[in-house]
Amino acid sequence: MFHYRTFMKAVAVSSALVASSIAANAADTILLGSAISLTGKYATAGHHAKEGYDFAIAKINAAGGVKVGDKSYMLEVKYYDDESTPARGGQLAERLINQDGVQYMLGPYSSGLTKAIAPVTEKYKIPMVEAEGASRSLFNKGYKYLFAVLSTSEQYLASAVALAAEVAKKNSKSPGSVKVALAFENDPFSLDVRAGVVDDIKKHGLKIVIDDKLPRNLTDMTATMTKIKALKPDVLIVSGHSKGAGTATRQIAEMKLSIPMVAMTHCESANLVGKYGKTADGYLCATQWAETLTYKDPMFGTAAEYNAEFKKAVPAYANKSVPYQVAQASAAVYVFKDAFERAGSLDKDKVRDAIAATDLKTFYGDIKFSPAGNNIAKPMVLRQIQNGKYNVVAPSAYASHELIWPRK
Amino acid sequence: MWDNIKILIDAPLFTLDMVINGLLIGAVFALIAYGLALVWGVMNVKNLAQGDFVILGAYVAWTLFNWGIHPFFGVPVAFGVLWVLGWIVYKTVVYRVIEHDLFTSLLATFGVAIVLQQSMNLIFGSDEQTVSLGMESMSFFDNVVTIQPTRLIAFFAAILLAIAVITFMKRSRMGQAIRATSQNPRSARVMGIDTEKVYAFTYSLNAAICGAAGALVAVIWEFQPYIGLIFSIRSFVIVTAAGLGNLPGVIAAGLGMGVLEQTGAFVLGTQFQQAIVVGMLLVVLLVKLILASRHRQVVEQ
Repeated sequence: MFHYRTFMKAVAVSSALVASSIAANAADTILLGSAISLTGKYATAGHHAKEGYDFAIAKINAAGGVKVGDKSYMLEVKYYDDESTPARGGQLAERLINQDGVQYMLGPYSSGLTKAIAPVTEKYKIPMVEAEGASRSLFNKGYKYLFAVLSTSEQYLASAVALAAEVAKKNSKSPGSVKVALAFENDPFSLDVRAGVVDDIKKHGLKIVIDDKLPRNLTDMTATMTKIKALKPDVLIVSGHSKGAGTATRQIAEMKLSIPMVAMTHCESANLVGKYGKTADGYLCATQWAETLTYKDPMFGTAAEYNAEFKKAVPAYANKSVPYQVAQASAAVYVFKDAFERAGSLDKDKVRDAIAATDLKTFYGDIKFSPAGNNIAKPMVLRQIQNGKYNVVAPSAYASHELIWPRK
Repeated sequence: MWDNIKILIDAPLFTLDMVINGLLIGAVFALIAYGLALVWGVMNVKNLAQGDFVILGAYVAWTLFNWGIHPFFGVPVAFGVLWVLGWIVYKTVVYRVIEHDLFTSLLATFGVAIVLQQSMNLIFGSDEQTVSLGMESMSFFDNVVTIQPTRLIAFFAAILLAIAVITFMKRSRMGQAIRATSQNPRSARVMGIDTEKVYAFTYSLNAAICGAAGALVAVIWEFQPYIGLIFSIRSFVIVTAAGLGNLPGVIAAGLGMGVLEQTGAFVLGTQFQQAIVVGMLLVVLLVKLILASRHRQVVEQ
């Protein structure tokens, strides 16, 4: 009996010790979780996102961490590699929440992975701020715990249509005489982009003369280009990830097509300037963010300062431009920091409500969420490749350079 | 669709443009398919890693290009590198499945394909790459017909390679041994042919042919580690359509597929480009089935 009692005491004391040490650990850091593509087809972009998260966390921790109430916390992220497959992403989200005890999630890379993970975070009521899933289908499902800092995909190239109409008016032509060729990949993202473009074409009254879809395993667009040769459209709008951008650029030059205006997504990730040099001059490229924009915040400074500091911190990017995937990932971490501090609590539901009420100016652009969770405060930006440099030409409020039209 | 056909009727020269371009790329398809026909015919192995060998060959040429070596030297180098790789794959995987049924060889080579894809992704990254020579296209008829010199060179390189391989198969001792083994492996063994060696040689030769074709692919298109599958599918369709051991058939089917892809994609839309390839397979299989059943009826009577 005596032995039993001391044994029980010892157990009680030691378990109390264990519990308090866990509590002490938990008190010092806030653990975020993310399944991210470190291998597989999204590996490159997945690494961009991870670098963005890591940079923001290092920066916030160095500045004293997150102040919740009167206590400071360091941020930390637990990553798993989702191998670019949605099924794996879903499993890993379960694992992060159930086994690693993660209460707050950062998003994965791509709309497809986000689509797989959002139902899981929703089920466990875990707030997720994501930075790399732009499909509008993410925001019509009634999710309450999903927030995205980036502009949704139907906004990507819509501004190019407005720009084409503007140019037509300036040259005293009616927008109805502007012939548009569309080439969009048959995948959820590009079809979203297309939906936004088609809406705006209707609004401005332009005329669609070619409307081709591109296969997912795209290698060849010669057939579409031959049609362009025959019908001579004034505007060509392409979206097919980096392979679409690369293939289109290559074949426009190979077939010697002269199109006055060409707009596409993924110019930067396709490395058009590096691969094709002068032939890519005059292309319009949609981007979420550019380091020349005039946005700023107290943590990261201006967009240009963020750009310079990131390059210094991550030498691998020293000689290339920082992709917007990096910047928006950092912005997602910043949203969490801001929400924790405003919530004044680590209770996940209070944090969720604080995120929903976000109204933040950042180096990445303004962030304010609609009830559906997408960011409605930041516009998409169009940059034109001018002499191998990306210069912002639209929207006019942020433009640093004049549009060169027609492109040669 | 009718609008697109109308364009072709109004301006028939566009058809010429597409036919020429289709023939040029069709030669590369035919080369890859010829390698598959060899492995399939001799060893009865349906090599699902065909397209991945091609993409690896493309990466070899791309690596040389980055070192400042002209990519057309990539053709022989890729041939050599892939030869060695083919031999390694044969000695580690393929020789175990030759005598087994269809599904074992499909599964094994599918596994090889996955390993190759992931390795290329790890080594070269998942970005699209290309070898851009910046050669000016030749244009004819007021720029209606354009011919890219890279495609033209690739076309002739593919033809030359095919001629070399065919001559080798006809004239050389090894070529004769390969043909003997494909006709009847047991008799070949009885006659003193080391069929094991023949198999290893054939598989390596196929990988090497794919590698050389890949170096040509690198200068024509953009590529990334996961794009190999469509080259596998194309070569399966071509070989199925032409039949094993029917070399002129393989070449004709390859060229035909190039033209069909181009014109079909023009008329139906680029989204159907790959559906056309698979559709062609269905049609070929149906026609063969009908012909075969007719043949049976004749025999029965």
